[in-house]
Amino acid sequence: MAAVSGLVRRPLREVTVRDAINQGMDEELERDEKVFLLGEEVAQYDGAYKVSRGLWKKYGDKRIIDTPISEMGFAGIAVGAAMAGLRPICEFMTFNFSMQAIDQVINSAAKTYYMSGGLQSVPIVFRGPNGASAGVAAQHSQCFAAWYGHCPGLKVVSPWNSEDAKGLIKSAIRDNNPVVVLENELMYGVPFEFPPEAQSKDFLIPIGKAKIERQGTHITVVSHSRPVGHCLEAAAVLSKEGVECEVINMRTIRPMDMETIEASVMKTNHLVTVEGGWPQFGVGAEICARIMEGPAFNFLDAPAVRVTGADVPMPYAKILEDNSIPQVKDIIFAIKKTLNI
Amino acid sequence: MRKMLAAVSRVLSGASQKSASRVLVASRNFANDATFEIKKCDLHRLEEGPPVTTVLTREDGLKYYRMMQTVRRMELKADQLYKQKIIRGFCHLCDGQFLLPLTQEACCVGLEAGINPTDHLITAYRAHGFTFTRGLSVREILAELTGRKGGCAKGKGGSMHMYAKNFYGGNGIVGAQVPLGAGIALACKYNGKDEVCLTLYGDGAANQGQIFEAYNMAALWKLPCIFICENNRYGMGTSVERAAASTDYYKRGDFIPGLRVDGMDILCVREATRFAAAYCRSGKGPILMELQTYRYHGHSMSDPGVSYRTREEIQEVRSKSDPIMLLKDRMVNSNLASVEELKEIDVEVRKEIEDAAQFATADPEPPLEELGYHIYSSDPPFEVRGANQWIKFKSVS
Repeated sequence: MAAVSGLVRRPLREVTVRDAINQGMDEELERDEKVFLLGEEVAQYDGAYKVSRGLWKKYGDKRIIDTPISEMGFAGIAVGAAMAGLRPICEFMTFNFSMQAIDQVINSAAKTYYMSGGLQSVPIVFRGPNGASAGVAAQHSQCFAAWYGHCPGLKVVSPWNSEDAKGLIKSAIRDNNPVVVLENELMYGVPFEFPPEAQSKDFLIPIGKAKIERQGTHITVVSHSRPVGHCLEAAAVLSKEGVECEVINMRTIRPMDMETIEASVMKTNHLVTVEGGWPQFGVGAEICARIMEGPAFNFLDAPAVRVTGADVPMPYAKILEDNSIPQVKDIIFAIKKTLNI
Repeated sequence: MRKMLAAVSRVLSGASQKSASRVLVASRNFANDATFEIKKCDLHRLEEGPPVTTVLTREDGLKYYRMMQTVRRMELKADQLYKQKIIRGFCHLCDGQFLLPLTQEACCVGLEAGINPTDHLITAYRAHGFTFTRGLSVREILAELTGRKGGCAKGKGGSMHMYAKNFYGGNGIVGAQVPLGAGIALACKYNGKDEVCLTLYGDGAANQGQIFEAYNMAALWKLPCIFICENNRYGMGTSVERAAASTDYYKRGDFIPGLRVDGMDILCVREATRFAAAYCRSGKGPILMELQTYRYHGHSMSDPGVSYRTREEIQEVRSKSDPIMLLKDRMVNSNLASVEELKEIDVEVRKEIEDAAQFATADPEPPLEELGYHIYSSDPPFEVRGANQWIKFKSVS
């Protein structure tokens, strides 16, 4: 009896993505008093999506600041504060609204260390939900991975699960450079097992390193954010048919971890990229271009293929919206086409 | 031998003549200080303004004179170098054109005189004068303009992107520096060290929406931010009357108290700045200063500056309101300094600028190997792509 009970595993702690981000910010606020959070509804409302729940109660007005609806203004204020030595976390309620402030992100934050010849650093984090949600239509559904990933001087990360979310937000806050953290609203409420190391206050995920979520031999499937989950679902279905997919979670958009992707392609000889954003000039397009330039090209047995959002502004009606983002069936189809099965 | 003796005696007599005049200057009794009347400032939402008289010490006067002359001469030199095509791109001198501060010297020197080195300052692209008053040398400023490795930003930034301790540039996007300045002020308040941030912008920028967003948040959160509008009456080729529904820039902060200052009088600028800084330090929140100045030349080197105003207008301002002449007259008439003494300063300044220009012309360009440097701060070295996939640059923090 005692032997059997010894074999019963205690379930691993489950933490939602929302709580993981919350924990990450809480720990960093506690660790360094220069860190502070500003954005719309982050304080008294506990965050528009409750990501900053409890923080204002714990840290007060000085460290958790509600702003008026003035993206360009408060993003600029955050960048100025970073230039003067503080470590702001600037929340955009969604990255769609960051377009109002994009000049501050690119021209004031990203380029300054370079333009100043290394004199003026900007240790700031811009975070918030990115990409498609559910039924919020075109102006509230855009993915900005390609837009921000385009710019030298920025770092851009895109967490998928809770572990990613916590490790990456902590690394972003500790980074002395401007970091854009592209979260996902539909992932906030999703629970994931939290490995013991993720429960440490010094748990960091390095920026610029991808993770192989599932090993495989027949094809490399590369993705970021919520679609990683869809890729794993597709891989589970295909596994039953004897196709083993290697699923790579990019975690970082810029600087991109091409080494991990190339090593995988050199092993599997096939590549499919999966993203929520639009196809033209997207993340997948960049991966394909770089594959062609590198050692992995000669290992491809078929052209690399992209699965992306549809090339339309996001429609509202459910059937239209569902078909405007990559579904599991679209990923499976693309994989089979690439493998010619 | 005879020739040599003649030469030596010439030198010796020249030397003694010089020291004779020096002795003359030294033995003259200068006043230690003098009191001057300065223009009263127009006020907005303020019961009282800065004082209408101020005391100028001989020491300060000489310092301000030297600084203003240095800024002026530096900018004139930049103008010259630009015309010789040794400086490229944009050159916005404080007197216009190359964004030269001719006539705006009173602003940069006067503002600096009203604050501490531990305070902060940010401005737009007409920044060379402020870069100097905030502590960088003429050498590194000119070398940055000529794009050399000895430039203050190692040639990476150019005219519009110079940085120094507590000086945040040099910003190329019109108006973007204003929220940045409010953010620096937020950091001042956060750190609790009674520091303030001077946040400058022009009459053209004053119509930018983000400035009003910054006003709102600065007032809401009582940030120690001194918003300063340098009104030189023209936004590029557009006169203020053609750009702004209200040209009372000192009132445009609405709920933020404001004052309108004679920007051509360095003492007026200094007193107003002291007043504004004290206001902010007392925790009352932001304040707005409008400095009325004038721009002699065009917006930048490509603008002769006469298609949208008359030469007579320019001449009139030049002859009546030159800030350096104003200070000089005051000092000489109050026996704070002699004409000769000030002339000596002119000579010294000219030499300093010449030497700096020499350096800026002779210093080599930054090495090509460093093209990729300074992408990220505090990171291990990595590779940056060049114009094609085979060209790689090392990036070092």
